[in-house]
Amino acid sequence: MAIGQEKAELTLGPVLFNWQPERWRDFYYRIADEAPVGTVYLGEAICSKRGPFFDPYYEPVVERLTAGGKTVAFSTLSEVMLRLDRQMIERVCASPDLLVEANDASAVFYLRGRPHHIGPFMNVYNEQAALALVQRGARNICVPTEMPASALRELCAAVRTHMVTIEAQVFGRMSLALSARCYHARAHGRTKDSCQFVCENDPDGLDLKALDGRSFLTINGIQTLSYDYLNLIRQVPDLCAMGVARLRLSPHTCDMVAVASAFRDVLDRRIEPDEGMQRLNALQLSAPFSNGFYYGKPGYSLVNPEAARATV
Amino acid sequence: MSATEFHRPELVCPAGTPAAARAAVDAGADAVYCGLQNATNARNFPGLNFTEEEIAETADYVHGRGAKILLAVNTFPPAGKFDLWRGAIDLAVRRGIDAVIVADIGVAAYASSRYPALRMHLSVQAGASSPEAIRFYCEEFGVKRVVLPRMLTVSEIADIHRQIPCEIEAFVFGNIGMMAEGRCSLTNYATGVSTNMDGICSAAGDVHYDEDAAGNLTVRLGNFVLDRFGCNESAGYPTICKGRYSCSARTEPYYAFEEPVTLNLSALLPDLMRAGVTALKIEGRQRSRAYVKAVVAAFRKAVDDIGAGKEARLADLIALTEGYRETEGAFRSKTWR
Repeated sequence: MAIGQEKAELTLGPVLFNWQPERWRDFYYRIADEAPVGTVYLGEAICSKRGPFFDPYYEPVVERLTAGGKTVAFSTLSEVMLRLDRQMIERVCASPDLLVEANDASAVFYLRGRPHHIGPFMNVYNEQAALALVQRGARNICVPTEMPASALRELCAAVRTHMVTIEAQVFGRMSLALSARCYHARAHGRTKDSCQFVCENDPDGLDLKALDGRSFLTINGIQTLSYDYLNLIRQVPDLCAMGVARLRLSPHTCDMVAVASAFRDVLDRRIEPDEGMQRLNALQLSAPFSNGFYYGKPGYSLVNPEAARATV
Repeated sequence: MSATEFHRPELVCPAGTPAAARAAVDAGADAVYCGLQNATNARNFPGLNFTEEEIAETADYVHGRGAKILLAVNTFPPAGKFDLWRGAIDLAVRRGIDAVIVADIGVAAYASSRYPALRMHLSVQAGASSPEAIRFYCEEFGVKRVVLPRMLTVSEIADIHRQIPCEIEAFVFGNIGMMAEGRCSLTNYATGVSTNMDGICSAAGDVHYDEDAAGNLTVRLGNFVLDRFGCNESAGYPTICKGRYSCSARTEPYYAFEEPVTLNLSALLPDLMRAGVTALKIEGRQRSRAYVKAVVAAFRKAVDDIGAGKEARLADLIALTEGYRETEGAFRSKTWR
């Protein structure tokens, strides 16, 4: 079914890790020039302490992305508690020309009444929550990473006649938990206040292994992510058919232009999903792919879409 | 200190069963909170929770003794299943529940538009940790009380109190979840059961213990090893956030998130009461009736002693804490973070 397939857009979520500011800038320059993505989310979603390092580079990055034909949106902090966190939210939401993605109710507090996006940390699992937010100005909603396809399909159908689009992450490590405590600092025997920004040493996060040596989770400051990378490239036709309008790639140090191109080619039916999968496999990431959440299975599992269809 | 410094806080106590609810009220609880036997609440465990008839009977018992009954409808309905949550709110109204405890924006919107007179508390699962987030729920959905996340210090709680139009309920005792409530998919990642959507964290059916010849235990959740214990170590209930792991920054396995400890804020009770906390919450709907009775009685006495200007002592509660160790978590100092 082709409905939605033409207009489905690739987006790039915010960089969740603490990259060196120059690396961060150069990454977005290349995205601006080469990646077939429609919307790019900028902004620090994890830790307000990291925020100021990127301030000097927002203006040139936004300029370059805009020149490259990309829509730019700002993602807000996922956990808002400290004075510094709250100031960041107020500042981002104060400017009426910015398109902002709210990742916490404190951002929605400021954004209600004007068009905005709702981010994946906001816990929109159902149509009632979606419509309550649409009434208050939400125009795009990115669902939580653990959202199963069965609920995503129902959500898309229920909001179809409303002025809102649905977005879902299709690539990158999955956010699994947030905490007030910084686990990067804890790993190094420090606290959040005395962290000395040790998270900058792990541009894709810090691997956490179970006692049997199996890689399990990834630490990124106050955030815990999966060890595996989510990969829904073989589910792209399914996602388009149910009406998901935006597919989100979460940035990593791997070749994100190649990742975006593979997804775009599948979206445009230039290649089959299986070939897209082969191209992503060829990137030889350090961790395996998984898609279990989509099928209502353990998130780390990798379900073959044909097998899943056969059992329905 | 003088008794006039404090208003008398409400003691809000866990009730996993009708028997626990009666025990809590008899031991001095001002309110009990409970859930239905389904995914609409965050303690959806086998053998726990209430049928509609039990809710009605318990409401009668509780109200007859001047206490309140609250219904936790504090999980997140996945699209297509909203009717179950709608039914829970309808039931609460039908059975004269004093307040519902909600987390999902859709559930809050339904309850506030359908039943404007129904009193609504914002669950800790909503993760509202700033004055602006709390005000959003108050202004949009008429929330009357917020249950604060267990990540704030007492002085931060006092600060929030000054900036919000609703009451504050704070946890004082019980299991301390290390992850921000309502934002944790760790169990789902390992087992396929979602804490947010199914109301289950670290389901007993997915926990496995393997014992070696020396009596050492290996604990797994699904296929993932969470910890190993020597035969003389005492172990708390296994969850991913209290497991031991290894990483490149450490030479030895360590508790990457938190040690198996129980939150015990008895020593901070006067400070919490001064910070403007209206209600003190005890965690533990999954606990036994005897546990509930002991903890509630101890806290009842402590709160009354403080109100009367006496020193409160809660030493006996340590025996009930998980792994026999306790913590004040985030509440005393931000170095916890």
